Amino acid sequence: MLFYFIRRLGLSVIVVVLAVTILNVMLHLVPGDPAVMILGPRATPELIAKTREAMGLDRSFPMQMAIFFGNVLRGDLGRDVFTDRSVTTIVMEQLPYTLMLITASIAWAAALGIPLGCYSALHRNTWLDKITGVLSVSTISIPSFVMALYALLAFAVGLKWFPAVGAGEGFADSFHHLVLPAFAVGISWVGYLARIVRASMLEVLGETHVRMARAFGLRERKIVVAYALRIAVLPAVTLIGAGVAYLLSAAVFAEVIFARPGIGALIVKAVDSRNYPIVLGCVLVTTGIIVVATLISDLVNAWLDPRVRENL
Amino acid sequence: MPQAEPLLTVSDLSLDFGTPRGRLHALRNVHFAVPKGRIVGIVGESGCGKSTLAHSLMRLVPGNADIVAGTIDFEGENILELGERRLRELRGQRISMVFQDPMTALNPVTTIGRQMYEIQYRSKRSSAEKRTAAIEMLERVGIPDAASRLDAYPHHFSGGMRQRLCIAMALLTRPALLVADEPTTALDATLEVQIINMLKDLQSDLGCSVVFVSHHLGTVAELCDDVVVMYAGEVVEKGPVREIFHRPSHPYTQALFECDPGRIKEKTRELPTIPGELPDLRNVPGGCIFKARCPKAFGRCEREHPEPYVAEGEDHVARCFLLDEEEVAA
Ligand SMILES: Nc1ncnc2c1ncn2[C@@H]1O[C@H](COP(=O)(O)OP(=O)(O)O)[C@@H](O)[C@H]1O
Ligand code: SF4
Ligand SMILES: [Mg+2]
Repeated sequence: MLFYFIRRLGLSVIVVVLAVTILNVMLHLVPGDPAVMILGPRATPELIAKTREAMGLDRSFPMQMAIFFGNVLRGDLGRDVFTDRSVTTIVMEQLPYTLMLITASIAWAAALGIPLGCYSALHRNTWLDKITGVLSVSTISIPSFVMALYALLAFAVGLKWFPAVGAGEGFADSFHHLVLPAFAVGISWVGYLARIVRASMLEVLGETHVRMARAFGLRERKIVVAYALRIAVLPAVTLIGAGVAYLLSAAVFAEVIFARPGIGALIVKAVDSRNYPIVLGCVLVTTGIIVVATLISDLVNAWLDPRVRENL
Repeated sequence: MPQAEPLLTVSDLSLDFGTPRGRLHALRNVHFAVPKGRIVGIVGESGCGKSTLAHSLMRLVPGNADIVAGTIDFEGENILELGERRLRELRGQRISMVFQDPMTALNPVTTIGRQMYEIQYRSKRSSAEKRTAAIEMLERVGIPDAASRLDAYPHHFSGGMRQRLCIAMALLTRPALLVADEPTTALDATLEVQIINMLKDLQSDLGCSVVFVSHHLGTVAELCDDVVVMYAGEVVEKGPVREIFHRPSHPYTQALFECDPGRIKEKTRELPTIPGELPDLRNVPGGCIFKARCPKAFGRCEREHPEPYVAEGEDHVARCFLLDEEEVAA
């Protein structure tokens, strides 16, 4: 168990360092000088040089990275180039919106996808199973930003059931604003999860231990939930954990389309304006989210399956 | 020996499987009885329908199975006509089952103790009493340090131990009938002997009846009182174990003996191999079902389907024209 956490932690650090370094390299390859971007085309060379120094751009690349990670360890992600506010503060302000969006998407996708998959497996080849099959495949193949646009047009602009933009204030209003983006991000996952759960449910239901449970006259509901579903959701949990990276990229689109605050919106604006410290801060945080998501899915699996638990 | 009163009587049972390539007639007119307190062995090559028969005794058949005819009379009720609810009451209570592969027969994510507790859900006993019953049964099947093993998971046990666990679970509710579908086939010979001896002791202690499926004649000889020989979905010979072993009357039973020395201690783990193959049960050939592989087949075997003829004492019958009085006379 302890070894598992050490290993996970080590792995996470490597992933974060790699991600940030690669990103830095990429940013440096993008044409255009960040200092010039900030100061505008009419800045004097002296001013540019001074700004470059202030941003640390005059130092060698490895040096920049070393300083950056040194600061990260102290919880300092640098300062916003334009407003001089702490990047940590800015990112932390936006983080809850993105977390909320992702959590809501996973929650409704799982709440619908897992029972649907379970039902499909138990009632194979019925009309509901067939409809779920077709819908799953079609929602899986539609990109989430297309889904977001249509959802916006239909339910916000057309029917006016939900607000089109923003995140809202207070619980009820926030929730109301969350519905459409979460729908757009989560919809393809309903299909994914339903298919995965259906397949693994069929496999588990065919196993001898389920037959044995039937031979003991256990109640059908008990067999389905405690003997079959508990094992059949394991791959779905892993899939969700690994899929948070995709959910994050879907969240970026959703935040832009629905003009929601959040890490995605922040990152897009920051890239657009070459606001490097913000970009790096966002990447660091999203990588952190992915690492934590994997950790959670591992722990959920360990909780459900003693064999996983013992191998942690 | 006069036949004891039957606990279970299977009459005229026929079962089809729906398959993409047509209906597979897996059981045809199966007839046999299980007397109270006796052990009945069902033998035959792999694919003869032994498992299908064993599972249909508690109507635990796959979704594509269709029981087309027959009755299974158990303690005065026809299993095939029971409602789901009544059937569930019998399962695990009056009739229990042990499966072939002990490695997959237990719920992998639940402790042994919990599984043993859950199968007693109908009992009005307290949790402590259920726990005691579980421990006692585990001790009886030879699980060392039983009380502390209740919190272990199936994967903590070896194959032989897992089969003991399955047997303990099956007998926990003191059923009148235990159906064991090749419970020792997945185990090595030493373990097999241990399990067989244990089953024998438990059966005589608890006084239940047992249907014991095996493709190994030696195991059957060791354990059973009566034998039912199956071939391609039919009962071709049945009778008391001594009769069958001393005077095998059906050419198929004789062939089984030739392929299998019938001694359990020997390392004959492979399936008996009789030249030829099982007939295609989607198009069941007319005449005797064994004719294609029978060294003694003659004209009549092509045309007619043999009924069970009495071999030696009343209880010993075989579906072979060689036992027909007319043929014997001719
Ligand atoms: N679910 C099923 N669907 C179709 N055919 C089956 C099914 N189960 C068994 N069979 C067929 O029924 C016959 C008897 O199988 P089985 O009862 O497993 O034999 P045994 O236990 O003697 O090896 C075989 O021909 C097998 O292929
Ligand atoms: S009836 Fe004929 S074919 Fe069938 S077993 Fe007897 S001799 Fe062989
Ligand atoms: Mg079998």
